[in-house]
Amino acid sequence: MAPRRVLITGVSRYLGGMLAQRLEADPDLEVFGVDLEEPQHELTRTEFIRADIRNPLIVKVVQATGVDTVVHTATVATPARAGGRAMMKEVNVIGAMQLFAACQKAPAVERFVLKSTTAVYGADPSEPSIFSEEMVPGGHARTGYAKDAWEVENYARNFARRRPDVSLTMLRFANFIGPDIDTPLTRFFGLPIVPTALGYDPRIQFIHETDAVAILDRATREGIRGTFNAAGDGVLYLSQALRMAGKFSLPVAPPIGTLIGSLVRQSGLVDFSPEQLDFLLFGRIADVARLKETFGYVPVFSTKDAFRDFIGRARIQRVFNEQQAETWERNVYDLVSRLASASGVGREAR
Amino acid sequence: MSTSAARAQQPARCAGVTAGGARCRNRAAEGGFCRLHAIPARPSEAPRAPVSGFEEQLSEILGFLRRRFTGEYDVDDFGLDTELTEKVVLPLLRLPYKNWWRVEQRGTEHIPREGAAMIVANHSGTLPWDAIMTTVGVHEATGRHLRQLAADLAMRLPFSGELARKTGNTLACKQDSLRLLEAGELVGVYPEGFKGVGKPFKDRYKLQRFGRGGFVQVAVQAKVPIIPVAIVGAEEIYPIIGNIKPLARLLGFPYFPVTPTWPALGPLGMIPLPSKWIITYGEPIPTDRVGEDDAADPMYLFNLTDEVRETIQQMLYKTLMTRRGVFT
Repeated sequence: MAPRRVLITGVSRYLGGMLAQRLEADPDLEVFGVDLEEPQHELTRTEFIRADIRNPLIVKVVQATGVDTVVHTATVATPARAGGRAMMKEVNVIGAMQLFAACQKAPAVERFVLKSTTAVYGADPSEPSIFSEEMVPGGHARTGYAKDAWEVENYARNFARRRPDVSLTMLRFANFIGPDIDTPLTRFFGLPIVPTALGYDPRIQFIHETDAVAILDRATREGIRGTFNAAGDGVLYLSQALRMAGKFSLPVAPPIGTLIGSLVRQSGLVDFSPEQLDFLLFGRIADVARLKETFGYVPVFSTKDAFRDFIGRARIQRVFNEQQAETWERNVYDLVSRLASASGVGREAR
Repeated sequence: MSTSAARAQQPARCAGVTAGGARCRNRAAEGGFCRLHAIPARPSEAPRAPVSGFEEQLSEILGFLRRRFTGEYDVDDFGLDTELTEKVVLPLLRLPYKNWWRVEQRGTEHIPREGAAMIVANHSGTLPWDAIMTTVGVHEATGRHLRQLAADLAMRLPFSGELARKTGNTLACKQDSLRLLEAGELVGVYPEGFKGVGKPFKDRYKLQRFGRGGFVQVAVQAKVPIIPVAIVGAEEIYPIIGNIKPLARLLGFPYFPVTPTWPALGPLGMIPLPSKWIITYGEPIPTDRVGEDDAADPMYLFNLTDEVRETIQQMLYKTLMTRRGVFT
């Protein structure tokens, strides 16, 4: 059944706002957006409701709007954004509990779309190199955002058990990237000199912001039951990504790295939660076969293309660029071959 | 000898000017210019068409460095960096392969040139040099990258984990090995694990227990043949005469080896002995004999594990008989 009335939580943030813009363009849809702050996106038909999902009054919003589809995008990844780790946990976990409780009491709700993250798999060298959806996270990275996201997923599963008539779609997104979205990782790549962990080079995977919105849109409209990893094809090494972005990295030994990590965090330049430092050591790659085959969406941007689009359009300050590298290459070639011909190496060509 | 005659036959010289301002002394090809000066430098191409072996190598090296510097290379999902492996790591590893251990390979015709297979070998030598040399050997024989399965300790340690990943190795777990085999790769397994690589010198060439036989289950599930491999010579590179268990526990290592030279001679003790190696590849053992539910039949899996283990043990004995001495 096609959705009629859609409620989006976290509508004032990038993905929620973009999804609302996309959905409101469809005249058959009524879109409601919930958040604490004013939306940043220009929304014409979306009805904005200033509400706190942690407050039990959210049940009134769900019932009064009579929505049949709920898209939950309000889980926050970074403590600073939420106002401290305690607050972050409250927004993420208590907020989700209240929202699921409200949806359970609203018989009109038929479909629930949850924006989750591949962070639930953790980042650890004793885990498989590529995560597929049925892998249950081990004991690793059971802190911070990853823990919150995993708990929210558990509430979602419980909710789906109690309301078997509701179709639940859980989307585990890889790290978002793109010219407009603002995440700890995009800020990390914006640092003038990027600290990395000495002796470690994680494999990373991106999902482009437009692909992410398109996936949320498809989940909202089609209501495909199940859990799906969402990421662009292919992987990049962190070192490779930094070279592509024209950045120099500063490899630091991990114990010092933790220290620098916390300094960078406190300076407010990049808001990393501690378990994301593990990610910078070991990386995390998810299998996207199910997204393509069962969910039926093939991301337009591969990981590499998504990252290229980000460094091309997000005004990342480059320390060096490809043209320079090519000039250097030509100069060295000329110099060395001149020296060589002077000293007689490679004479056989003459 | 005939240089002057050859010169006389080729009067035309290139009309170009080198970067140094001197006249180009290369032979002219088309249009009165040599190949070097006839082709205008295009961005994102090799800067010049190479004219000699030396210049070809130079432009190849510079191109490689530029791609490293700008991140313009591809890695597979498991992290294999083919260019880095083939251009840097394998050439470096060929030095000990050829000159230190003088590795001799037998039965390389049993390594499939394409398609998935599982290579199962004995494990010895304190540090996994045997696995590394087998990677070189398989690449020498077939040009294929052997995707070895490593212990999580190797993947967790700094530098070791990074290098292991970039050269195509991954964690020894069912999911990874199945995925690699399904992608048609050659997978290398050392079922003895730490029990084999860290065993005392007196137990040399005695195969240890083959774990729980998980590797056989994976091979049966993926329906790929198992190629038994016997590595002779690696047992003698660091003869283990003792194990300092408390120190191992402190450092979180499975063993802390004592060899005649380590830790007595300090870092010098890390230099392995130059034993002569023989790597023998045996006939593939098929894993699809019963039919459907092979992977769920524990009896079949046990028997197959025993068969693989027994085959490798016999291959070891046979090779040892033909060996003249440890170092020759």
